[in-house]
Parts: sequence; C-alpha cells; structure tokens
Amino acid sequence: MRTDRLVLGAFLALLLLVPAILSPYYVTLLNYIGLYAMVALGLVLLTGVGGLTSFGQAAFVGLGAYTTAALTTATDLPGWLAWAGTSPWLTLAVGLLLTALVAVLIGSLTLKLSGHFLPLGTIAWGISLYFLFGTMESLGGHTGISGIPAIGLLGWTLDEGGEIYYLIWAFLLVAMLTTHNLLDSREGRAIRALKGGRVMAEAMGVDTSRSRMVIFVIAALLACASGWLYAHMQRFVNPTPFGVHIGIEYLFMAVVGGAGYVWGAIVGAGVITVLKQWLQNWLPSLLGATGNFETIVFGLLMVLVLHRAREGLWPILKKLVPVRALRKTIDPDAEPLPRRTLPKAGELILEAKDVTRRFGGLIANNNMSLEVRAGEILALIGPNGAGKSTMFNQISGVDTPTSGEVLFLGKPVAGHDSREIARMGMSRTFQHVKLLPTMSVLENVAIGAHLRSDKGVLSSAWRLDRAEEARILKEAARQIERVGLAEYMYEEAGSLALGQQRILEIARALCADPCLLLLDEPAAGLRFREKEALGELLRKLRAEGMATLIVEHDMDFVMSLVDRVVVMEFGQKIAEGLPDEIQQNPAVLEAYLGGVE
Amino acid sequence: MDMSIALILSQDGITNGAIYALLALALVLVFAVTRVIFIQQGEFVAYGALTLAMMQSGVLPATVWMLVAMGALVTVLDGGLALKAGQGRRAASVAGWNLGYPLALAAVVGGLAVNELPLAVQVLLTLAIVVPMGPMMYRLMYQPIASAPVLVLLIVSVALHIAMVGLGLLFFGAEGQRTPAFSEFSLELGPLMVSAQTLWVVVVSVLLIVALYQFFERTLYGKALRATAINRVGAQLMGISPTLAGKLTFFLAAFIGALSGVLIAPITTIYYDTGFLIGLKGFVAAIIGGLASYPLAAVGALAVGLLEAFASFWASAYKEVIVFTLIIPVLLWRSLRSHHVEEEE
Amino acid sequence: MSGENAMNKQTQGSAASSNADAKNPVLEVKDLCVSYGKVEALTDASLTVGEGQIVTVIGPNGAGKTTMLSAIMGVLGSRGQVAFDGSVEGVPEVERMVARGMTLVPEKRELFGEMSVEDNLVLGAFQRYRMGKRDHAQTLEEVYALFPRLKERRSQAAGTMSGGERQMLAVGRALMAKPKLLMLDEPSLGLAPLIVREIFRIISELRRRGVSILLVEQNARAALQVADYAYVLETGQIAMQGPAHELADDPRVIEAYLGLGGKHQAMLST
Repeated sequence: MRTDRLVLGAFLALLLLVPAILSPYYVTLLNYIGLYAMVALGLVLLTGVGGLTSFGQAAFVGLGAYTTAALTTATDLPGWLAWAGTSPWLTLAVGLLLTALVAVLIGSLTLKLSGHFLPLGTIAWGISLYFLFGTMESLGGHTGISGIPAIGLLGWTLDEGGEIYYLIWAFLLVAMLTTHNLLDSREGRAIRALKGGRVMAEAMGVDTSRSRMVIFVIAALLACASGWLYAHMQRFVNPTPFGVHIGIEYLFMAVVGGAGYVWGAIVGAGVITVLKQWLQNWLPSLLGATGNFETIVFGLLMVLVLHRAREGLWPILKKLVPVRALRKTIDPDAEPLPRRTLPKAGELILEAKDVTRRFGGLIANNNMSLEVRAGEILALIGPNGAGKSTMFNQISGVDTPTSGEVLFLGKPVAGHDSREIARMGMSRTFQHVKLLPTMSVLENVAIGAHLRSDKGVLSSAWRLDRAEEARILKEAARQIERVGLAEYMYEEAGSLALGQQRILEIARALCADPCLLLLDEPAAGLRFREKEALGELLRKLRAEGMATLIVEHDMDFVMSLVDRVVVMEFGQKIAEGLPDEIQQNPAVLEAYLGGVE
Repeated sequence: MDMSIALILSQDGITNGAIYALLALALVLVFAVTRVIFIQQGEFVAYGALTLAMMQSGVLPATVWMLVAMGALVTVLDGGLALKAGQGRRAASVAGWNLGYPLALAAVVGGLAVNELPLAVQVLLTLAIVVPMGPMMYRLMYQPIASAPVLVLLIVSVALHIAMVGLGLLFFGAEGQRTPAFSEFSLELGPLMVSAQTLWVVVVSVLLIVALYQFFERTLYGKALRATAINRVGAQLMGISPTLAGKLTFFLAAFIGALSGVLIAPITTIYYDTGFLIGLKGFVAAIIGGLASYPLAAVGALAVGLLEAFASFWASAYKEVIVFTLIIPVLLWRSLRSHHVEEEE
Repeated sequence: MSGENAMNKQTQGSAASSNADAKNPVLEVKDLCVSYGKVEALTDASLTVGEGQIVTVIGPNGAGKTTMLSAIMGVLGSRGQVAFDGSVEGVPEVERMVARGMTLVPEKRELFGEMSVEDNLVLGAFQRYRMGKRDHAQTLEEVYALFPRLKERRSQAAGTMSGGERQMLAVGRALMAKPKLLMLDEPSLGLAPLIVREIFRIISELRRRGVSILLVEQNARAALQVADYAYVLETGQIAMQGPAHELADDPRVIEAYLGLGGKHQAMLST
C-alpha cells in the first residue's frame, strides 16, 4: 500500500472516531474547524492559487446562513416560495443558487478590478453586506434570527454536535476532493495560470476572465455551504460572524495554513481556531481585562508568517509527513489529440503590410513590411531599441498598428484578442520567459493544448475528464521529448536553467499545434550544444512545413539557421535578404557597429 | 429638507471631508512611495484621539509603552547590525533615538501632572508619542519585505490593523472618549452656527495641506519623496534609499493620522475601533484619486463627507452601506482607466 | 558554463593583457560574478579604470554589460571584489557608492518624468546635501554651463523632452553628485547619429575635467574612438581587452557582433 494512502486512511479513521473518543468540547471545536476550513478552502482556490485576494468571504457565509435562517423560520412565506421553507436541504439549494447569482453579480463588477483595487473592493462589499444584515428588519436586525430547525438526514435529526460533526466533515472532505481534482485538470491548469501568468495563458487560448469568475463563484459557494451548516448547527444567527473582520480572519487562516495548498485550509483553520480558543481563555486573565485580544496575536503572527514563511505552514508540515507527490503517468496508448492540417510549403502564412506604430510623437515602427511562408524561417534582427519588440507585438496581436495591417492566413490580426489568434494557429514564446515556476515541466507544456481539448469544471471536479487528460499529457510529453527536455519532465519549471525554460516555451507553443511559430530570442542563455539542438529542432519543424519568425540577437545562431533575414534600425527596415547578403551589407554593419566619422 | 438643514449637513460634510482629505493625502503618499496600502491609518487617528483623552483624564497613556517596546525592537535589530559592522557610534545613535527618546518621553509624561498642562502641550506630547510609531512600524514590519508584491504588503497592513485594534482595546478600554473642544466660541453665519471646533478642523486641515505642498515643492527631502514615488530605481541611483523614503513617509502619515484624531476628538466620540471606518472613508477618497492624484483625492474626500452627511439624514441606517457601495463603481472606473497589464506577483 | 562559444575567441591577442596605463586606479573589479537564479549572467569579470581614464566595455546585446554596471553600483547582488577609490567594498550598496563618488547613468535614463529639469538635476545632489555639502546651487551652474540646452528648459517637465535632451539630463543629473567615477550605460542607445556625436563630445570633455569614466556601449566604433582602454564582453565573460585603438583594428570584434565566423575581414576603422 502506498504511504500517502496509508496516511490519508489513518487521518480519515481518526476523524471517524473523534465523537466517540473526545469530549463534546473538542467535537464542537472540530465542528468550527471544519466550517472555517471550508471557507478557507475557497480562499485557497481564490487567493492562493488564483491570486485574487478577498477579505469579503464572511459575507457569503452570511448569505448562506441568513437564507436558510429566514426561510426555515418564516411563518408567512408567499405561496410561490412556501416549498423552500419545508426542509433545510431545499434552503441549501436556494442559498447556493442565490449565492451564485450574487457572486456573479459582484464578480462581474469587481473582478475586472486590477491588482490591489480588487481586495479593497472586497472590503467594501464585505462591509456593505454586513451592514445590510444588521439593518434589515426582516432579518431580525442586530438581534438576529433564532429557532432555526436542525437538519434531518434519512430519518436522523442532526441536533447534537457529535451528529452534525459527520455532516460538516463530509462536506469538507468532498469539497477538498473536488477542489483537488479540479486543480489537477485542464481547467485547473488554467486556474493555476491566473496568478502571474495571465498574459501567457491568454496567448495559449485560456479565457482568464472566465477562470477568475469560476473560482470566485466556487469560493462563494463553499462559503455559503459553510454558512448553511453553521446556521443549523448554532440554530441561531446574528450579523456578528459575517463582518469584514471575520472575513479578514478567514484570509489569515488560508495564508497561515498555506494559501497555495488544499490541505493548508485545514491546517490554517485548525491553528487559528485552536489558538483563538486558547487565547480567549488565557489573554483576558493575563491582561486583566476582557475583550478580543487574540487579534493582537493574530495580527503579529500573520506578519511573522509573511516575513518568514510566506508559503504558510503546510509546506513545512508536509516535510514531516512521509508523503511524496505522485508523478503523473503518461498513458502510451492514449489516442493522440486531433491535429490541424498544415498549409502547403511555400504558402503565404503571415504578411505585414506597411505597418506603422506611433507612441505619441515617437515612431516605433515605420512602414514595416515582411512576409513568412510555410516551411520557412525568417529572422527579424536589429540593434537594441530598433523596434523589433514593437513589431513583434503588432504581429502577435498584443498591440494594434497605427496604420497598415498584419494578415495571418489572409485574415487581419488586428481586433482579435490573443485567444482568437491562438485558435487560428499562431503560437508564440516570450522574450521574458513566462511560465509557472512551481508547476512541473509537463503541466506547463500541457497548458499549450488548452484549445485542443474542451472538458470543463464539473467534469474535472468529478474526474470525468480522464480520457481527455491522458491525451493531453501524452501530447505534452511528446513535445517535451521532441525538444529534448525529457529528463526534466517532472521537475519544477522554475528549477530549470533559463535556456531550458526558453526551450520549454517552445514545447508549450508546439503543444498548441500551430502553423506559425513566433519565437522571441529563443537562443538567449543557451549553451553551445543546446543551441545546436534548438537549431536542429527548428530545421526539422521547417521540413514539416512550419512557418517560423524569430527575433534573435545571437548572430552565429541566426545566420546558420534561417532562410531570410529582415534587419531593422530606428523602426525601419534597412535591409532584407539571405544571411550571406546581410552579413556583407554595409548599412547593417553600420547599424550594429556605429557610424564612421 | 429646508435650507438650514442642508446648511447644517453641509457643515458636517465639509468638516468630515476635511479630515478624510488629510487621510486620503497620507494614503496616496504612502502608496506612491512604498506601495503599502496603509489600512492602519485609522488606528493612528484613534490612537491620537485616545492618547490625548487619557492624558486629559490624568492617566499615563499606555501608548507610551508601545512606543518603548517598538523602539526596543528597532534598537535590537538596527543596533545589532551596526555593532556587527563595528559602527559603535551608529549603534549608540540608534539606541538613543529608539530607546532613549521613548524612555525619556515616558518619564516626562509619567512624571508631570499632564492633565493640568495646557492643551497645546498635551497635543504636542500626544504627537510626540504616536507619530514616531510610524517610522518604527515601517522599520519593523515593512522594511524586511519592502520588495514583496503589493498584495503581500496589503495583507501585512490588514494584519497590523487587526493587531492595533486589539491593542487599542487593551490600552484604552471599550469606553468611548470625547475630549473638550479646543475653544468655546461659535460663529454665526446667517442661519448657521459654526462651532469653533469645525473652524479648527477646516483651518488646520487647509494649513497642513499647504504646508505639505510647500514641503514637496520646495525642500529637497520633499522632492526626494516625490522622486521615489515617480521612479524608485532613479531615486535609488541618486542615493535616496527606499528605507529612508519609507520611514519619512510613514512619519508623515502617522503625523497626519494622529493630528486628525486630535482634531476630531471633540466632535465625535472615539472608540478604540472607530478609526477603521474613518480610515476607510479616507480610502474611498484616495481611490477616487486613483491612489495617485492628490487634488482628485481631496475633492473625493469632500464628496465622501457630503454624501455621508446627507445619507445620514435621508437613510441613516444605510449610511455606511451607501458610502461603501459607492466605492465599487469608483474602483471600476479607476481600474478601467488604468491600463496596466498584470503581473508578475 | 555558457562560455563554449566565447572560449574559441578567448585569447588576449596582441593587445596588452591588462590596463597597464591605469595609474592610481579609481575602480578595480576582480572576479565579479552575478547570477539570476541558476543562470550566471556575469562570470569572473575583472577590470580596472585609472584616474582620468575613459575605459569602455563593448559587446553585443545580452552579453552582460548592464548587469556588470548594476553589480558594481550595488543595484544587483554579486560575488567578487570591487575596490573603489582605494578601499574595498564588501558588497557594494547603492547609497554608499553614491556617497563615495560613484554615479551611474542607467540605460533607461530613469528620469523623474513629471518633475522639472531643474528638480531632476537638484536631486542628483541629494546624497551630498544629506552629508552636509550644500553646494548644489554652484554645481547646478557648472552643469548648465556644460549643457546650455538644459538651462533653457529648466522648468520643463523631464518627460516631455526629446531623447537626446533626456540623455543630457541624465548625464547632468549624475554630474550633480560631483562623481569621481561616472558610469554610462549605452548613452547612445536609440539616439540619432548627430546626437550620438554630441554625447561623445561631452564624454571627452568630461574626461578633460578630470572625471574618470566607465563607458558601456554597443556602438563599438564610437566608443573605441574616445576610450583609452577597452574590454569586449561576450556571453558574460571578458573575451578580449586592450588599448582602444588596437581593438579598433581587430577583426574579432566584428565577429563578436555579427557572427561572421571569420569569413569577412572588414576592418572597424575603414
């Protein structure tokens, strides 16, 4: 038996036995830990993995709690809604639906916010919802709602701590399992790319705005379910546990436990909850006053964690538990992913016509024209500051020319976002390597196949995506072997040397099955042998009919590889031709080495 | 609503708006120079007000001991570094400023019958206690992670806010405090009675804003802060260290916060946790200025103050909901206008 | 190591193997290494700048020139030894280097775009001001004398100026610190030929006034014309060095730039 299954089994068995062996006090404590961990789990997904910081989750907990409280205690529900108040299970459904609606509404308003504006926004709506709970007469104002019924399940009434305990932890474990499954899938890779990799993900065809909304809604739903459980455990609700300060506490739990890890949610919720209990008993007598002094310790603890262990406690704990992450297995029998039909050699793939780009008074590109055909490698070179990157951006659709146009397979690139351009068959690498450093090489490359597959969130969460996943991984593995990184397939991408990371980007681009490859300085930082291997690979791709445009500084590399060269200086084309011609061109010599007095 | 009510509400709105404007300016400054979102600004307001209140009731404000503790930590860290580098004189100067000064201050405040001192001296002592906590806080909490992503710095700020609220409860108790007005006259302007404290708030705010403007336009240190905000690398190459800029900025922000607290303590009852909402309203204003524009932030502050005053008349229960929901369209407008492309956290 | 390519060319050639003319070295760098993560961007670079000398480091894009200057200045962490003005720095630290008389004009200029030209210049003297040397009014006049153009535009926002004017402002701002050593990173970058000539004229003029200069350039021809001594940096290593006029005639310099593999013997000085 594998040790990780053993450890997990032991953990589950222990959970099962808790109500039998521990006193009700500890059962209650564990109930709270379970409830909090569920909210923290949402934050792991949202903040730790997706990079969206929210201080407002407590409001969603409140939404779940108040929905069920209001519906199950109301005596005068209108006829059309009367069915909802009859069972807590129905109010759970109503609560989840309502929360999803509110989350989509709030999300569509605030998720567009960039960077630090988003968390400030979450504080704002967290406060607003909290004050709403407290002021709406129908919700009992600040006194709240009491007399909430217990949950019934298959004839049981879960009205004791030891009973609802099983329901809470069952909810949590299911949530953890589905979250874990989700993260380990096509959608999951897209979600993991949100933090620091949006530009790259979009270039690989991921709709990152949709992915952000997905995790925002999931996190809200987890919070709502926790609220529902809370209301039926306490049998009473008032606004206090749903304020923004509790929202802050939830975030602390995720960060302390390890915001990037599913298990971090339990660790964080456990540590903070136990610490809170302990401090609330101990601090007032120590300080000789009553009040929530635990916040002092929490605040300082949080700062300490961020100074000393920004990844949280879970990575530290994990080293103590004899569990190793499993390597993904590549199924050699998986069906290959569908391929696009490549254009015939010599066919015109990319055409830039008189592209001019002005930034204010500065002309970065002036009447630039170039074309790339299938089965050809074109190099775009020029001294520093010549405008190559700007030109690259016009071609890849990141930027739009002031005048002139870029045609890809006969269609204009302008006006299409990176996703559509990727779908059309253009795939690129980045001058400043953009990959997800903590993900394995295999998974990084697999992101490239995003558009060649279509399984969504639900199939991922319930593991209905495995056949397609096997095909994706097989394709990723094939491209990794092709570029010569096979021995690093399971390494973290960030541990590779810079040159290898550039090669990884090429594998990722190839995984998208493109007909045009745009390479931004692929040879920078490569060693001699690696350059030779890269040249070999690009020649092979050329023979297969790939069109390639490369921007490169390494002249040895360029001149021995490419078919044609376009040279830029001051935003203009100063020469175009075969490598040999370019090397003897006096204008090029002058551009590179400076003018002669 | 008749004219006189509208005038009274406007007076409230402008008084509060002036305070929000001060806080917003400090928030913009701190963010521009250090990338820190200064959530705990509100606690400096509360600490200022309540430290003054404690002095007036003849109790030694516990904030003095907080200053001593922070100073001791700074002394251990910086003094230790200086000693290790063999800079004995530097270590002595670190200890003097960070340990000697707080202890001397504790002796003065503890030794004098502070409740019998003139108000001006009490205010000065309050500032002398609360303001140095700003640069010390920068040194202890932010300097070690000065280059961390904005979001990490934000979480640190939120954590410090939480800790400071807890400490506030410990220092000042759960009871609210209101200090006597600075002076006891009032001005009759048509149907409107303008209280002296309102004038104090507005006049001091305006003077402070003018003084800050002069500081940033005329002095080399002020220019150095602006330079850091505009171009960190460039400033560093001129020898303006990010640490110096950070401490100076936090000094100014703590000063503005504590002074705001002292100014409004006679107008509203201040509790240990009142600062948060006051600070957040300064934030709404700062965000209207995109965390970058000082004049827009000041205009935003007045707008927030007026909105709040009128909302409390029409729908007092929903006052906070209205003010904080307003921030979302503003944030949206701001974030659509700033076209910065992510990354790399 | 990323040096296999450079190894082929790493010979000292006919040029002298060290900067022997450098009496009273202002800057002595020994075995400086810089790594970004696992990637070594600069390997065992050693160089010397003598008092009143112009020393240039040339080399193609991506060779590590900017990295080297940043490490000497203390903007980047490094290993190795930097001795400046007679005393050895453990790890250089920007503020201290500025205080001791070293300034860097970075490749991106890093001006304070929304501030006036004069404010930009005055800030150049910040470190001196802090140390109690409050003579910036007089230094300002000296800089204006050198760059009359800046005086004309003293109240204009730095961000609204042309490329050449910005470069002059960046140099002027660095001079406000009254440096012993001025380090220039690609001062000709993106500038039209006429302005490049003006910039190099000013560099020669500064040397006449006794400022030692370390000049990093891609524009090898212009740099070799004004410099006394030159180093060629390639893939993070010093591949060649020698008196500037000797390197100007060395075909291997072109190779380093255009990868001609020795096919062509075009002379730099033609």
